[in-house]
Amino acid sequence: MTATGTRAAPSGPPDAAGPAGAAAAIPAGRRGRGGAAFWICAAFLGAVAAAAALAPLVAPHDPAAIDFDRIWSGPTAENPLGTDQMGRDLLSRLIHGARESLLGPLALLALAALLGVAMGTLAAWRRGWVDAVLARVTDVMYAFPGLLFVVLVIAVFGSGLTTAVLALGLAFAPIIAKFTRSVALAECAKPYIDAYRVQGMGGFAICVRHLIPNMAPALLGYLVVLFGEGLMSLAALSFLGFGAQPPSSEWGLMVQEGQAALIQGVLWPSLVPGAAIALVVVAFNVVGVRLADRLSDRR
Amino acid sequence: MIGHVLRRLAGMLLTLAAASLLIFGAMYAAPGDPVSFLIGDPENVTPERIEAVRAEYHLDEPLLVQYGLWASGALTGDLGTSYQYNAQVADLMLARLPATLSLVGYAAVLFTVLGVGLGALAAVRRGGRTDAAVTGGTVLAASVPSFVLALALISVFSVRLGWFPVTGLGEGLLGRIHHLTLPAVSLSLGALAIVSRVTRQSMVEQFELEHVAAARASGIAERHIVRRHVLRNALGPVVTMCGLVTASMLAGTVVVETAFGISGIGSLLVDAINTFDFPVVQAVLLCMVAAYMAVTTLIDLVHPLLDPRVRLEGSRA
Amino acid sequence: MLLDIEGLTVELPGADARRPVLDGVDLRVAAGEVVGLVGESGSGKSTTARAALRLLPEGAAARGRVSVAGTDVLAAGPGELTELRARRVAMVFQDPRAVLNPVRRIGDFLTERMVLALGTPREQARARALELLAEVGLGRPAERIRQYPHELSGGMLQRVVLAAALATEPELLLADEATSALDVTTQAEVLAVLRDLRERRGTGVLFITHDLHLAAAYCHRVSVMYAGRVVEDRPAAELFTDPRHPYTRALLDCTPGLDSDRAPRPVPGAPPSLATAFPGCPFAPRCPEAEDACTAWRPEPLPLPGGTVACRRADISAPRTAPHDPSLETR
Repeated sequence: MTATGTRAAPSGPPDAAGPAGAAAAIPAGRRGRGGAAFWICAAFLGAVAAAAALAPLVAPHDPAAIDFDRIWSGPTAENPLGTDQMGRDLLSRLIHGARESLLGPLALLALAALLGVAMGTLAAWRRGWVDAVLARVTDVMYAFPGLLFVVLVIAVFGSGLTTAVLALGLAFAPIIAKFTRSVALAECAKPYIDAYRVQGMGGFAICVRHLIPNMAPALLGYLVVLFGEGLMSLAALSFLGFGAQPPSSEWGLMVQEGQAALIQGVLWPSLVPGAAIALVVVAFNVVGVRLADRLSDRR
Repeated sequence: MIGHVLRRLAGMLLTLAAASLLIFGAMYAAPGDPVSFLIGDPENVTPERIEAVRAEYHLDEPLLVQYGLWASGALTGDLGTSYQYNAQVADLMLARLPATLSLVGYAAVLFTVLGVGLGALAAVRRGGRTDAAVTGGTVLAASVPSFVLALALISVFSVRLGWFPVTGLGEGLLGRIHHLTLPAVSLSLGALAIVSRVTRQSMVEQFELEHVAAARASGIAERHIVRRHVLRNALGPVVTMCGLVTASMLAGTVVVETAFGISGIGSLLVDAINTFDFPVVQAVLLCMVAAYMAVTTLIDLVHPLLDPRVRLEGSRA
Repeated sequence: MLLDIEGLTVELPGADARRPVLDGVDLRVAAGEVVGLVGESGSGKSTTARAALRLLPEGAAARGRVSVAGTDVLAAGPGELTELRARRVAMVFQDPRAVLNPVRRIGDFLTERMVLALGTPREQARARALELLAEVGLGRPAERIRQYPHELSGGMLQRVVLAAALATEPELLLADEATSALDVTTQAEVLAVLRDLRERRGTGVLFITHDLHLAAAYCHRVSVMYAGRVVEDRPAAELFTDPRHPYTRALLDCTPGLDSDRAPRPVPGAPPSLATAFPGCPFAPRCPEAEDACTAWRPEPLPLPGGTVACRRADISAPRTAPHDPSLETR
């Protein structure tokens, strides 16, 4: 029984769902199959990404065009998914909102990966006090359950998408660092690392040119699954009013704005973006698990 | 064993001290002068008034002195005074605590019973359709954020069917259960997925072991084997995970309380952030972190008691 | 015949399994008889023994016939199967540490079968457990039944396992490498308990071991298994002095006896995995005497006086030595 035994479960991301949550959810025996599910999800994500990239061309209306004659209309030929409390077209808002909803998690993961991989690799490479410092930092970060660390940062610096993304990036970094450290420790034990050392190659060069590229497949699969976590966390912050601010159509914010309609019996404005979040997260989880398996098989 | 407990407690206190310093220091570093929030109406701002407020809230002392005052106050139950309500933060929190605790308790019962039940079912039927359905269902469940689920539940069960109230806490035990059912379901779904997965995994590992085969070889009925050999031996990770998930729910209520308009600790935190009520933010964060760490430490200390092997080594050590 | 296995074929599902785990196994154990089952790991010894209790691997398909004293095991109903497992057949496994549930007390392990499968009252089962522990020579039984498995040594645990096996006075005992993990003195004691049981109650014993010498010394008959088949089935003394199958000879060569000054000769190659299928004799690739025809000849047991051998090149004449070894009677 180690003192850090119970810390093994990551507490950083929200809803108490660990970042590797979905990855471990699929039993090993079942992973071989489900090729169709992988391609369907990958195609879906591709379509969402394309729609986000080409939003001005794809969206049928201006997402900011207010029309008070058309408040909370159900789906019509004109507005396939209905309209919101200001008569704005929900489909157009959804498509434009996909940009922030997808770029946000991407940015926070990039930050977290940069910090996490650097810290994790350094800790595994140098061991000793560097490792000890990382362990203490991780301990303190893990003392904040769920989104509380991010909430702390937002309490200090105020709400906003940028703050939320930066804070989430910091919160995810120790999780990635911990994962990277374990992968790097296993990798460092392999003889090729010693071979490079014997040849007189410097530690930094070995890490950057050989160690990190060799860990990349494992890290990539993990990051794809973490993307789903990041998206859910960011949307939750926007829902609380801490993330994206109006008139943005970030999906979490759209859900929050649709809440008023819900009480009136108008379901579309909150359920449409809610379903979009859930579908994209499911797709990322399916793709991430499958990708992690394929990449680790290739090694 | 005692040495282990003491080391663990000392580690927890050290981490807690670091976390509390982080919480306090962050607020200290916040841009903007708290005096302006404290005085409120800009017309009242006079040099004397500023001076008085600074002295009252010890704003002129150095960081560590302020932290020391705050931390020693927190240890004696004095969490400071709310800027916004002009009331003791401890009183504010105590008034909100029952709502949050009953929500977390309800959710914990739901996800423990259903999660362990579904996980056990999947493990017993491993490889079959039931297993695939449970496993697939939990992957989906883990992908739905609690606030999205909350709104979906409200739209179906409150707005359309009218079975459950949309907001509020209700009167009496039955009323409380009635009002908190949808929030508890929203809060517990992700946890349910995790717990059922851990239960399934832990039980499937036990099924492969020789003592299960030996019990089968001696003609003991499968239901006894599942209960006495598989479930009992698989309990360690399951109990740990249930405890951890319950602990982290203390923070998860922030989202669910906001979605359902429940006035608990979580919504108190959200309000406090929006009104720059720093003493409340600090106190709520500190209490949530302390509660979380207390529960995780407790699990760490209790967990070995489930295994007689560890129990014995511990008492010898 | 107490245990009668005929043409037992067990196939595992999955793409990796390209041949059956068991392929037409024939095996008989009479009341009061000790039959040895030897072979390398993975040859199907344990699967054969477990089939006598219908403890097949998950998803496995079994063909052929397994009967225990007239009960058709593969076709038995749930009640019959429980009766068979709980009362009539007992199994002793190799590793007593793995067999006892680590979180339950010794007493629970001993009374579990009596209480849960046979409906014995708890108090009565406890009294019987104390008796049994004394019977297998474990001191201070009252203290032992309150202890946990990790508090006892391996030898003590194997006695506990034996005690549990004897609880219902079984007709047939399946000993799956029951002594392999024990040190020599404990091994001798466990064997003495088994011998005692056989002599007093006429229990038939299927004794699985990878130690050919032990099998020859302890058993009446010995069956040698290779890649899911019985390749030779002979009276123990004959098998030892006059092996007819090249694989049996190879096994004996691996472990020369005390009186031999030969160096041990390992069997070349490794035992085949389930992923390797054989059109002919599975031992042919490792056999020093194989001819081309062997790789096409599907092995079948050829009758010998007193046994069978599944090798097309084997000498099937009468044994050269006396078939009867008087020393066996006293063992």
